[in-house]
Amino acid sequence: MSTPSPAVAALRSEFGSAIGRHFVSSDQTVVFVDRDRSHDALAWLKDAPGQEFNYLTDVTAVDYRDPERSLEVVYQLRSLHRKADLRVKVGLDKREPLEVRSVVDLWRGADWLEREVYDMFGVTFVGHPDLRRILMWETYAEGYPLRKDFPLRGHFSRAEQTRQALAANPEAHYSLEELSIADAYGELPKDMQERLSRGERGFLK
Amino acid sequence: MGLSNPATENRADETTTVSTMSPNWVTSRLDFLTNWARANSLWPMPFGTACCAIEYMATAASRFDIARFGMERQSFSPRQADVLICAGRLPFKLAPVIRRIWDQMPQPKWSISMGACASTGGIFDNYSMVQGIDTIIPVDVYVPGCPPRPEGLMYGILLLHKKIKGETIADEGLRVEKLVGPSGLYLPPERVDELSEPFGNSVQQTRSS
Repeated sequence: MSTPSPAVAALRSEFGSAIGRHFVSSDQTVVFVDRDRSHDALAWLKDAPGQEFNYLTDVTAVDYRDPERSLEVVYQLRSLHRKADLRVKVGLDKREPLEVRSVVDLWRGADWLEREVYDMFGVTFVGHPDLRRILMWETYAEGYPLRKDFPLRGHFSRAEQTRQALAANPEAHYSLEELSIADAYGELPKDMQERLSRGERGFLK
Repeated sequence: MGLSNPATENRADETTTVSTMSPNWVTSRLDFLTNWARANSLWPMPFGTACCAIEYMATAASRFDIARFGMERQSFSPRQADVLICAGRLPFKLAPVIRRIWDQMPQPKWSISMGACASTGGIFDNYSMVQGIDTIIPVDVYVPGCPPRPEGLMYGILLLHKKIKGETIADEGLRVEKLVGPSGLYLPPERVDELSEPFGNSVQQTRSS
């Protein structure tokens, strides 16, 4: 049961030294790819005949307690008609800026998945069309919660967290397109137009 | 019909006095009347965020039926609501939302914090969760439980009835809006820190780990 996916050998013959170690875990082949060639390798896996991993199940990341060990960005791929899976990992050195090429141009579904990884781990996806926080509010200033060096209760005092949360202005962070009323904007009353264009503030001006 | 009323039988000559037996009027204190009316037709504004909301729905449905307390009219607009029921944990991201809803509710208004998470943060003693909605809005009744059974919530509602019936309309202090001040909070920051202190098993956990 522990034979690696044939995609690994194919990757090695195509990309040579850019492909790192691989192993099989719970019938799942895991293969490491160099950061600089990750986009090329993923594009090849998606389109090359015989591979055709046309469905991106998930993008996530793993941070380990060991500060020497790299943070891993994980791409879980699936070929829908071949019924085959492959897990591709890209190691990022934590002493350097955490950057990796975005794969939104390959799989549109990577958009929100990469935003979540950015939100929780602080990985910058170069070439992402709209890299904003997605779970925490956009002015969240405490850092990246799923990093191992992030304290469970956050960096700030509870009073400061509460103050910042109350000062956050949820409406201001959504564009008219996101509110799905862009078409009706012209017909809205003047005051509502003004309020939506700058975002409504509560008691904190 | 062969029956006679003994109370009126011997009063044929009492035509000049007002009958105290009349069912058409009563005397009462204004407070009693107001509170009686308020307590027995609370319009709830449900703010359901988690599993407590399922228990809340069960409470509202036919088996437990909070219509018996005059609460059948679920108010999904804060402007026509009397009591805010926060059923479920409140993440910091929703804090400005519940604050806005509370500010939009007209006086007189009350709030029920339903469940362990809404009351204290519960098991979520972490970076993303409000440690008790009393750091965001004033709370009248806390209902413990994870989640509370419908009986528990109904007991909380009855406690709120009791509280309302003890109020007086002469006390203007009850109806003062506790708004978010220049500090960005409606309580002093030290009070928010104190309310958010870990307790129980969470005490074993340091802030740094």
